[in-house]
Amino acid sequence: MDQFFKNSDLGVIGPELELALFGMIVLVFDLLVKNKRMLGYISLAGIGWSGFFLVRLYWVVEAPAYGGVLTLDPFAWFFKAIFLIAAALAVAISIRYLDVERENHGEYYALILFATMGMMFMVGAMDLVTLYIGLETMAIATYVLVGFLRSSPRSNEASLKYFLLGAFSSGILLYGFSLLYGIAGSTRFEVIRDVLQQRPLTDPLSLMALGAVCAGMFFKIAAVPFHQWTPDAYEGAPTSITAYMSVAVKAASFAMMVRLFMLALYPLRPHWLVIMSVVAALTMTVGNIAAITQSNVKRLLAYSSISHAGYILLGLIAANETGMVAIPIYLLVYTFTNLGAWAIVVALRRKDVIGEHIDEMSGLFFRHPVAAVLMLIFLLSLAGIPPTAGFIGKYFLFAAVIQTGHNVLAVIAVLNAAISMYFYLRIVVAMFMQDATEKTGLDLSPGVMAVMAVSLIFTMWIGLYPDPFIAMARHALGL
Amino acid sequence: MDFFDRNILSIITFWPLAGMLVLLLIPKESTTLMKWWANIVAVTGFLVSLPLWLSFNFDDPQMQKVVSVPWIQSLGVNFHVGVDGISLLLVMLTTLIGPLAVLSSWDAIQTRVKEYYAFILLLQAGMLGVFISLDFFMFYVFWEVMLVPMYFLIGVWGGPRKLYAAIKFFLYTLVGSVLMLLGILALYFQYPTIAAMHPEISSQFGTLPTFNVLAFHAIGPYLSESLQFWVFLAFFVGFAIKVPMFPFHTWLPDAHVEAPTAGSVILAAVLLKMGTYGFLRFSIPILPDATVYFVPMMVTLAIIAIIYGALVAMMQPDMKKLVAYSSVSHMGFVMLGMFALNPNGLNGSIIQQINHGISTGALFLIVGIIYERRHTREIAQLGGLSNVMPAYAVVFLIMTMSSIGLPLLNGFIGEFTIMAGALQKNLWWAVAGGAGIVLGAAYMLWLYQRTMFGKLDNPANQNLKDMNWREWATLIPLIIMAFWIGLYPAPFFRALDKPVNKLVEIVKAASPPDAPREAREIR
Repeated sequence: MDQFFKNSDLGVIGPELELALFGMIVLVFDLLVKNKRMLGYISLAGIGWSGFFLVRLYWVVEAPAYGGVLTLDPFAWFFKAIFLIAAALAVAISIRYLDVERENHGEYYALILFATMGMMFMVGAMDLVTLYIGLETMAIATYVLVGFLRSSPRSNEASLKYFLLGAFSSGILLYGFSLLYGIAGSTRFEVIRDVLQQRPLTDPLSLMALGAVCAGMFFKIAAVPFHQWTPDAYEGAPTSITAYMSVAVKAASFAMMVRLFMLALYPLRPHWLVIMSVVAALTMTVGNIAAITQSNVKRLLAYSSISHAGYILLGLIAANETGMVAIPIYLLVYTFTNLGAWAIVVALRRKDVIGEHIDEMSGLFFRHPVAAVLMLIFLLSLAGIPPTAGFIGKYFLFAAVIQTGHNVLAVIAVLNAAISMYFYLRIVVAMFMQDATEKTGLDLSPGVMAVMAVSLIFTMWIGLYPDPFIAMARHALGL
Repeated sequence: MDFFDRNILSIITFWPLAGMLVLLLIPKESTTLMKWWANIVAVTGFLVSLPLWLSFNFDDPQMQKVVSVPWIQSLGVNFHVGVDGISLLLVMLTTLIGPLAVLSSWDAIQTRVKEYYAFILLLQAGMLGVFISLDFFMFYVFWEVMLVPMYFLIGVWGGPRKLYAAIKFFLYTLVGSVLMLLGILALYFQYPTIAAMHPEISSQFGTLPTFNVLAFHAIGPYLSESLQFWVFLAFFVGFAIKVPMFPFHTWLPDAHVEAPTAGSVILAAVLLKMGTYGFLRFSIPILPDATVYFVPMMVTLAIIAIIYGALVAMMQPDMKKLVAYSSVSHMGFVMLGMFALNPNGLNGSIIQQINHGISTGALFLIVGIIYERRHTREIAQLGGLSNVMPAYAVVFLIMTMSSIGLPLLNGFIGEFTIMAGALQKNLWWAVAGGAGIVLGAAYMLWLYQRTMFGKLDNPANQNLKDMNWREWATLIPLIIMAFWIGLYPAPFFRALDKPVNKLVEIVKAASPPDAPREAREIR
């Protein structure tokens, strides 16, 4: 038996420790400083410092810690980087936004930091319990964040819905975990895999475990038929948190899914392949078709994020080299593109203007051409039109399913990509082809502008010259 | 100069893009400066492309002016450009139509001038990129890039139903192109398997997956029939929507009618050719067995398009819609010639593509001229215009004749060659084509008669001004081209000779169904 704790283990969780530390600093400073914006800057500094620690760990090949329940490998590293980027961008768009919403409190930033820390533990986990603790740390922080607009009934409702359904699904997930533990006698992924391999494929117990884990997972990634919470939660939550959830929480859930399904549950692949193929096809189609009818931009993007989860599942379905590279690439692309788009929605929220309805984007081009053009680029990227980053992400996913011969699924996926263009174009029509009903400009704070600029740079860079990013994703998978 | 000669294709393609970026820097108020700049860029673009024609070696069947630079190395994507006779003609057509479309917008576009010219220049770059790409990934990128500016051209500066037309155009093309992407990917992953078995291919193009179109040409004969079948269908959807072939044509009349004049001109003259070019460059040489297999379907659809397009055109009350449906009919001819798969048919098909670009482009300009004056395109509102606009009537007549294939003009050359090719294959194809020509003459002449002849009884038409120098300038190059191809088409056929023969050879190798082909057995 390995020694459970060595001093060197602390180095492995360095970035997480930094986040926790800064989360607490933010809480303390919340009591001391009047200007709550300070806290935003402190959190940014914390994320930056955590990132600095993370960068130093880039070349770590495999660093099991705490007797192997936690590991730092390139895969975890890549996702941790995504979480930090997403957290930094989310904090940057929040600073001014919270003022507008009159809800600028220190807990907000602390919760983002804690949620990010939870995600970082999730991707490092090699053990069901560690995974679950990371998951719940993230989830509980997000439940609170969704309801952060205390005076808004919508936000409260969203939070409650999200909390109830989330807790319920966590319970199901936990049930699946407990079955796995019952089968394997251990919570370690490798042990579970080895034990599952010994059992016949039709073993009812492993099937039950798989079913429960799948249901829990599909809830977390908002896959059909467990997606109903998404539009409500995304609509009610503060926009900055919606942005954060739609990229970071999603990325974390997918990272966890890859670990679980490609490692612990891999022996059951024939079963989950079928389940996932159906779910992926449904998720893409339902997400896209439901998005068509939305007139609220936040809901529209929520449904679009559901369909994106369906695309990403294709990577797991293919489960070959291309598919595995596709998932991190797609999530990285999605992080930048989606945060860019959300940043503009945040900028639409001004004092006494909700700015969520699609009509309120009309004539945006005349009011603020740069923002409109950026939004156009982000939407094209979401739809996967070259030469934006979104195309590279979709390219990998489609290539993976074609390579593994899932041709029907590939056709469904590309047709969905075409459908999705329809509702993205609705926003484009409003921005470029309708007269401005609203004369006020945008509320562009330095933070929002910085996020827009960063997102634009990476959306175009990954789209035009993706080589370095592909290399990073391949490195993440040890290829 | 050496640098220029070597990179001429990239320069031709990216010149409009560079011009667009400069255009964006021009302050919003100076619209005249913008117009001048856009015209200068477009005309220079044409002038820059002339050396390509002059330095082109017509006797060389290989791709020329090839440049290949690694782009996305981990995927095997190269910035790989080159032209043969087919793409040469289409590049020249594009660079010729570009400045005319830009010039024709001078008065017509009064709102949002800057964006308008920016989109036209971007569109120009995208279309040129499509024709010069020898890397399938790059081709796809350009193919999609050009959707966005066209969408905006229709959606912002279009007619009353512009939003509907624009989105229909975008979605139709997008559905086709994403399916085409799947076909591309299937070939991409098939390549290493086949290259591994054929040292002559792997020694030339390597063993790794690649998007090199020439490599795909090389593996074409060895692809299994079922793969060819599905990839052909995937490509078919992508290209047939663009052509557009019956029954995928319904976006075209909407897009044409709603688009501003320059948009229609570019759409008809160049954009549709991207579809036919796709068949010529990819479907036929890469998938020869499937091509032969699908000939009956393709020819049937082509003939339906010829007859149906002509009949619907005849019934149109709107000039522009009439010309739009005539496009469907004419593109049917192009497809008929192409899938005759013999030298005459293919030569005629490509020449007819150029002709269609010239005459339909000109007809849209002509319709645009009257629309600018009268703000209607309804045939019933016009009539007797030759009395007030004699010069206009003459130009219109020339282009009508060109469109219906009168000898001495370009249309005759194309249609005649296509008919010769079709006749060599099957009498009934030629009969159907002939019926289409007759119908074409009927609707065009009837249109001409209703608008130009008769009494000038509508008071609104009494004081119409004849064409001004700018309108002349947009049409004279097309008239010259129409006569040039009609009187002395030899240079064009010479450009096509080698690549067409190559295509015919490839298809011939695939044609005999029971010929022993050990390559078949691979997969």
